[in-house]
Amino acid sequence: MKYALQFSIILAVALVGELLRAVIPAPIPGSVYGLVVLFICLSCGIIRVSSIEDSSKILLELLPLTLVPAAVGIVDSLDVLKSMAIPVVLLATIGTALVGVAASGAAEGIIRFSKRGKK
Amino acid sequence: MNSTWDALKVLPYESRYLCLLVTVGTYLIGRAIQRRYKSSVVNPILISIGCSILGLVVFRIDNKTYQQATSGLSLLMTPATICLAVPLYRQFELVKANWRAVLGACLTGVLCNFLLVWLVSRAFCLEYEQYVTLLSKSITIPIGADVTQELGGVVPITCGIISFTGIMGNVLGSSIMSRLGIVSPLAQGLGIGVSSHAMGTAKALELGETPGAFSGLAIGLTGVCTVLLAPLAASLPL
Repeated sequence: MKYALQFSIILAVALVGELLRAVIPAPIPGSVYGLVVLFICLSCGIIRVSSIEDSSKILLELLPLTLVPAAVGIVDSLDVLKSMAIPVVLLATIGTALVGVAASGAAEGIIRFSKRGKK
Repeated sequence: MNSTWDALKVLPYESRYLCLLVTVGTYLIGRAIQRRYKSSVVNPILISIGCSILGLVVFRIDNKTYQQATSGLSLLMTPATICLAVPLYRQFELVKANWRAVLGACLTGVLCNFLLVWLVSRAFCLEYEQYVTLLSKSITIPIGADVTQELGGVVPITCGIISFTGIMGNVLGSSIMSRLGIVSPLAQGLGIGVSSHAMGTAKALELGETPGAFSGLAIGLTGVCTVLLAPLAASLPL
């Protein structure tokens, strides 16, 4: 029953996240609230890492797969995407690479700069 | 022969397990190939999405049937995302020590994204409605859809480009960053999370716990930054 219990704890956090989303008038999904709630619970010792560790490992392993159905849903919006295909493709490919490089470059720069400052 | 074909054609409607098996099976095959050839071009998620879409088109199965069959997987999306709190908790000392880098990466990424969308929109003479539809392309779907709705864009297109962006982020991973000399796992994680939300984070987790944790953190922060700054970006003249 170990996994059932661990999984139930995670589901309970998911439920709290969804409730928060319903109550708070901001465009934040329940999963992000849930992430914050679980983080706070772990930090305050309300939930111990050991009491969700095994199930969370399995869920994180499944994370990529859980995203597949939503992405397959593109087929329904292909017709609307067609109307602006070139900008969409440009932004999704080169745009994504550039944003990733800019963000990680900024982080790397800040890390190196602060290290140099300490020396 | 003909009757076998007919039986095959109705199978997805008769049994929910076919779509599910194709989705999971092709993912596993993709992983096996990826391990064998150690190539980042072979991407399990891309293979799974590609084969599933191909199956839907070839066998003329509508997306609704597919979504119902795979609802078990989608149902796990929220709990799985929540579990990103575990690596984040384990890495929190590192997060605290590098909070400047975290904020810097998120803000740079969000602004760079807006700038690119604005430039492309100008170059292709897009209307305001199309411009704001593309603004939230790098954030997670639930937040992005709301931002687009708020600004008066077309929500299905936003969801489409967000998925597309995520797939690209997952395929690219940290390959370009490494080539450019951005080697810190922390910076790579942030870059992946900022540019390609949960789909990219799935890749970051494969690279290690540190990139995974920072990528997960970046999903939330980038989302919030985009919510706050998108109205400003939307007011730019095209």
